[in-house]
Amino acid sequence: MSVFALGIELDGEGSHPAAWRRAHHPPSESLSGRTLAQKVRAAENAGFTLATFDDSIVPPHAGLRARVDAVNRASFVAAATSTIGLVPVVETTYAEPFHTSSQLATLDYTSRGRGGWIAARVADPAAARAWGRTALTDGADLDREQRDSITVVRDLWDSWEDDAVVRDYASGRFLDRDKLHYVDFEGETFTVKGPAIVPRPPQGQLVVLGTEADRELVDVVLVNEPDRDAAVDAASRSDGLTFIEIAVTLDTPGTSATERLAALNQYERAKSSRLEYAGPATGFAELLTELAAHTDGVRLFPTVIDEDLPVLARYVLPALFKSGVAHRPVPGSSLRGNLGLARPANRHARV
Amino acid sequence: MRSRAQVHFGVFFQGVNHTTIWSDPASGSQIDFETFRRMITTAERGLFDAFFLGEGLRLREQDGKILDLDIAGRPDAIAQLSALAGITEHIGLVATQNTTYNEPGDLARRLAGLDILSDGRAGWNAVTTDNAWTGENFRRGGFLDHELRYERAGQFIRTARAIWDSWADDTNAPRHVDVSTSQFDISLDATLPRSPQGHPVIFQAGDSPTGRDFAAANADVIFSGHGTHFDDALAFANDIRARLLAAGRPADDIKILPGTQIVLAEKASEVEDKRRWVLDGQYTGQTALSLVGQVWGRDLSDLDPDGPLPADDPVPAPISVTRGAARDGKDPIAIAKDWRALAEAKNLSLREVVIETSARSGFVGTPGQVADELARWVRAGATDGFNISPYIVPGGLDEIVDWLVPELQERGAYRTEYTSTTLRGHLGLREPLTRRQNTETDGSAAG
Repeated sequence: MSVFALGIELDGEGSHPAAWRRAHHPPSESLSGRTLAQKVRAAENAGFTLATFDDSIVPPHAGLRARVDAVNRASFVAAATSTIGLVPVVETTYAEPFHTSSQLATLDYTSRGRGGWIAARVADPAAARAWGRTALTDGADLDREQRDSITVVRDLWDSWEDDAVVRDYASGRFLDRDKLHYVDFEGETFTVKGPAIVPRPPQGQLVVLGTEADRELVDVVLVNEPDRDAAVDAASRSDGLTFIEIAVTLDTPGTSATERLAALNQYERAKSSRLEYAGPATGFAELLTELAAHTDGVRLFPTVIDEDLPVLARYVLPALFKSGVAHRPVPGSSLRGNLGLARPANRHARV
Repeated sequence: MRSRAQVHFGVFFQGVNHTTIWSDPASGSQIDFETFRRMITTAERGLFDAFFLGEGLRLREQDGKILDLDIAGRPDAIAQLSALAGITEHIGLVATQNTTYNEPGDLARRLAGLDILSDGRAGWNAVTTDNAWTGENFRRGGFLDHELRYERAGQFIRTARAIWDSWADDTNAPRHVDVSTSQFDISLDATLPRSPQGHPVIFQAGDSPTGRDFAAANADVIFSGHGTHFDDALAFANDIRARLLAAGRPADDIKILPGTQIVLAEKASEVEDKRRWVLDGQYTGQTALSLVGQVWGRDLSDLDPDGPLPADDPVPAPISVTRGAARDGKDPIAIAKDWRALAEAKNLSLREVVIETSARSGFVGTPGQVADELARWVRAGATDGFNISPYIVPGGLDEIVDWLVPELQERGAYRTEYTSTTLRGHLGLREPLTRRQNTETDGSAAG
């Protein structure tokens, strides 16, 4: 594998539902732009390739009811960071694909080519009520909206050719309209005419992440398996890029990972369907080194961001960089570039 | 007379029409972030209240083809303003967002997110659309009956406010929001508390009697079209004040910020040349032919812009041929008749007629002359300030900030530093409408 990408999920205070009790700032600051920027900068500084931002229109859980939408969070840090990829979750079940396409293309401009998208189904009927739409709960319906949404968003990103703006003084034309294309998408539940309102994003197509069921449509498959061997199998099955998701709790000075988890679980037990690791930094660096032989990257879910990220930054990532298992992303290059993905030609471009 | 009244400035980044000159070397990319960074940094240096972005839902077309003469392509307003929030500290961030092709649960959340991340600097310019042509890009598709657009908009804003207000100041237990109206059937728990300004400031631009009543009932700020003639602006402001009183609100409860253009020249002797230079850039021969073609309802791009207007009358089209343009809804035959009379009376060419009839005169003069005029308008109560659309992006704001703002400050008519951290504070607005009475404002009130 030429690339081993390090991703980190930065939603809220960490993946544990009681993580907010251990955050290094007062609860009143948990939603602020300052707190968000501090976390993303810490991840960028540590050398992560990308940060992801989970989301839903429904409050996260009983212990944490507040959350700024993921596109706003990724956008807020876009101009204040320089190398880290910014990857929000935007759901495909009820959202307007035309708006989704515009929002993500805009993120790619504000971040200068560091935007990505985790395209996510929403099975919770509460989301349908919040949107004011008829609930879709059948797997086939969710799959259809996922497929149609990703397809039309990608169509819209290609609806302007890269050189559509001509600024031709002689003819008075700003655009070459032959380089703009109606998408004329007709899905089962919606149609989109196009073209996009935002010109083609800097990366051409943002990096799209999804599940194994979406592998034909996405650039990166996220592997969510509780068992190490099953995760490796799933990663090996896929032709494209795969990232294995890992919930991680690390030893901190004076407190073992096990003690930390036990303390948090007193308040509320964490539920995870992902591969889990709890232990010292050295063991985690070894696990990642093993996985690097089978997968193209990981998406880490730190139990408490303010506690686990400093250990990742100080011990785990430096070990991976030193051994050459992973590399710091290159400033000025795109997220696609840092994942070893080429900038795709526009489907309409004449060679 | 409001002798101590201050002029408030916003900058409206519209971009996608002929009044933004792209042919000048100083014109930057319409989409690159650097353009926006430069504009907002300049506006914040100039102590502006707000930075506005327009909204794009479909590219403009003429005669069934994408309009290729004007700047096109723009960012999503909220996502762009969020990025700008991360690099600014004071200036308000106002997103134009449609009430027809959004849903309140989602849009209220995204606006509140911008408001929280910016520490209370968000605004929402709520606009309505009813045409099926725009709807072709959206799940809801088609058409909203014209009469229903304000009904939906009113329900939308009340629903958004119910969502924003569902989270009381002193508790972490928001009320559940249930809304059931002719347009919406929603049930949700809000994901965001109130921001330092309560909730986003609401801007409105409608000008019809219905639109004005709508503003008097719902808006904090009116982004008006009455920014060219003093008497007209004053009459509009007086009308709004009367409607506010009728709606049970204080007469000064809405700030009026008309859109305008400001053209400055350092010396009085240079003013006319500068004015002419701007008009020449805005109304190229091709643009003049395109604008005449909109009235006549056909492609006239082969005509000579320096020749006469077409001799024949426009043929009324069953539907407007230009989508997303300003002249929608006016009688083309009447316009053509007026234009021909003007051309005859003043011996004008086609292009000269377009310039004479279309150009927004706004304010033209030396910085001192314009400062006197703006201060007069505001002190007389004709407006509270202005939303400036620069004719060149991004550099067009430099002269306003470097030349005009100091002149206004010398006259005591402009702030010399920000005295608030929120948009509501900059504008001198009261608490959000829904937070003044002791009456319960729950979701079910959003009818």
